[in-house]
Amino acid sequence: MRSQITSAGSSSAVPSRKAVIAALRVWGDRLAPAAAFVGLVVIWEGACRLFAIPSFLLPSPSAIVRAGLEVSATQWLGHISATLRVALMGYAAAIAISIPLAVALVNSRFLSRTLYPILVIVQSTPIVAVAPIIVVTLGASDLPRVVITFLIAFFPIVVSTVTGLMATPEELIELSRSLRAGRTREMLHIRLPFAVPYIFSALKISITLSIIGAVVAEFVAAERGLGFFIMFSTSFFKIPQAFAGLAILVALSLALFRLCTLVQRWFVPWSLPKSER
Amino acid sequence: MSEHPRVIRFADVEQTFGRADGGAVTALDGITFDMGRNEFLAVLGPSGCGKSTLLRLIAGLIFPTRGTVSIYDLAVTEPRDEIGIVFQSPTLLPWFDVLGNVTFPLRHKYGRVSADDNARALDLLKLVGLTDFARKRIDELSVGMQQRVAIARALLLDPDILLMDEPFSALDALTRDEMSFELLRIWSERPKTVLFITHSIPEAVLLADRIIVMTPRPGRVREVIDVGLPRPRSMATLSDPTFHALANHIRGQLFSRAVA
Repeated sequence: MRSQITSAGSSSAVPSRKAVIAALRVWGDRLAPAAAFVGLVVIWEGACRLFAIPSFLLPSPSAIVRAGLEVSATQWLGHISATLRVALMGYAAAIAISIPLAVALVNSRFLSRTLYPILVIVQSTPIVAVAPIIVVTLGASDLPRVVITFLIAFFPIVVSTVTGLMATPEELIELSRSLRAGRTREMLHIRLPFAVPYIFSALKISITLSIIGAVVAEFVAAERGLGFFIMFSTSFFKIPQAFAGLAILVALSLALFRLCTLVQRWFVPWSLPKSER
Repeated sequence: MSEHPRVIRFADVEQTFGRADGGAVTALDGITFDMGRNEFLAVLGPSGCGKSTLLRLIAGLIFPTRGTVSIYDLAVTEPRDEIGIVFQSPTLLPWFDVLGNVTFPLRHKYGRVSADDNARALDLLKLVGLTDFARKRIDELSVGMQQRVAIARALLLDPDILLMDEPFSALDALTRDEMSFELLRIWSERPKTVLFITHSIPEAVLLADRIIVMTPRPGRVREVIDVGLPRPRSMATLSDPTFHALANHIRGQLFSRAVA
């Protein structure tokens, strides 16, 4: 910035009009998302006060914050950790099963002809409707919740990984075959790395799906967790408190999504478009 | 080329491919020719004349429906170590730097790369004019430079035979000319038997000892032309009357076919 300013207004210490406008434009662009969010909150608060909307219909942001502060930090942490544990366990299971499964589907015509239709059927089943059955079948523990989360999160990873594995340029496969490197090395050295950008887009989708899965599971059967907290709050008409739980849930989801992007940037920066590195 | 030992031989090769509807397409028909040691042979023809099929037969990636393809008088039954391939697009790996891409064939084939291998790869980068780019990322390079890396990669295992499948067709005209002369320089420093597939007449005439002109559907040899222009070839070759006579002759051949 400094060099721009001095070169633009070399005769005096005062930055030139042009430089000021350019700087404003840059900062305006950077702050636009935050400003939009703050603006929305202000309008929301104003509308609630102006029209005296009852808090059980739409609580104002300030009411939500107050309700959130009434719940102790230990309680919040308990709920957050419960939801996070289920979501991450389901997510980990989804990754651990989906990627090898995708490799198997790509390698075996038999598996792709038999297993893939079944996967599509599972994906087409509304998991929310199956959740109560799973809870009854698997009993009262984290297990049914993890299974529900897994079922919601796994499919995008399978589909994207398969797409990525198949998207490898044919010429590289020919290069591999001309070197007689073998199918295992072809998969490890060429196909899987080529699938990394595809896998990461799926991982970003699935991390938010995992949170949804955990909440759905908690709606059905739980005694802790943010999903349970929201259910519990609404059943006692503590709407501002439910909104506070919801806000934390959204923040959690955003943080995990962001973490996915950071992991990709740290470990496989080449898989990102140049502008996002 | 009769004074050189025979490296590649095509003997009455036919290649048909099954179609999805159950029919068959004849890609190559009655292909017969020899290539001598360190000969530069260009295969020229319109798209759909089976040029790339020819290359894949030598590489041992596919096998002829009839006839035989042999290297050093042995029928090709699998891919062999004597062969390096340069494809139409550079097809480099974005997760490796330039040096990593050049050494990739060794890493891929044997699972490890020694310090010696790296030194050899650096020599190759020097040969293709990329000495200072060893640690660059692939997306920092122009397409022309990427294709230089692909050439270095193809030379890593020191193959006797270099197969090039329209390697410069993705480049702009100026880079393309530059790369043609670069290839001639590299070839004179590291003589190889080169099969160079192209659909550019000037490129074929400038580079090759002999040119096989092919006809499409099915791919057949229309004519084999001895270029006979003196080496080393340079910018001056481009204004040689023989160069133009040959180019015009080939153009006439391909054009008469197109009209008929």
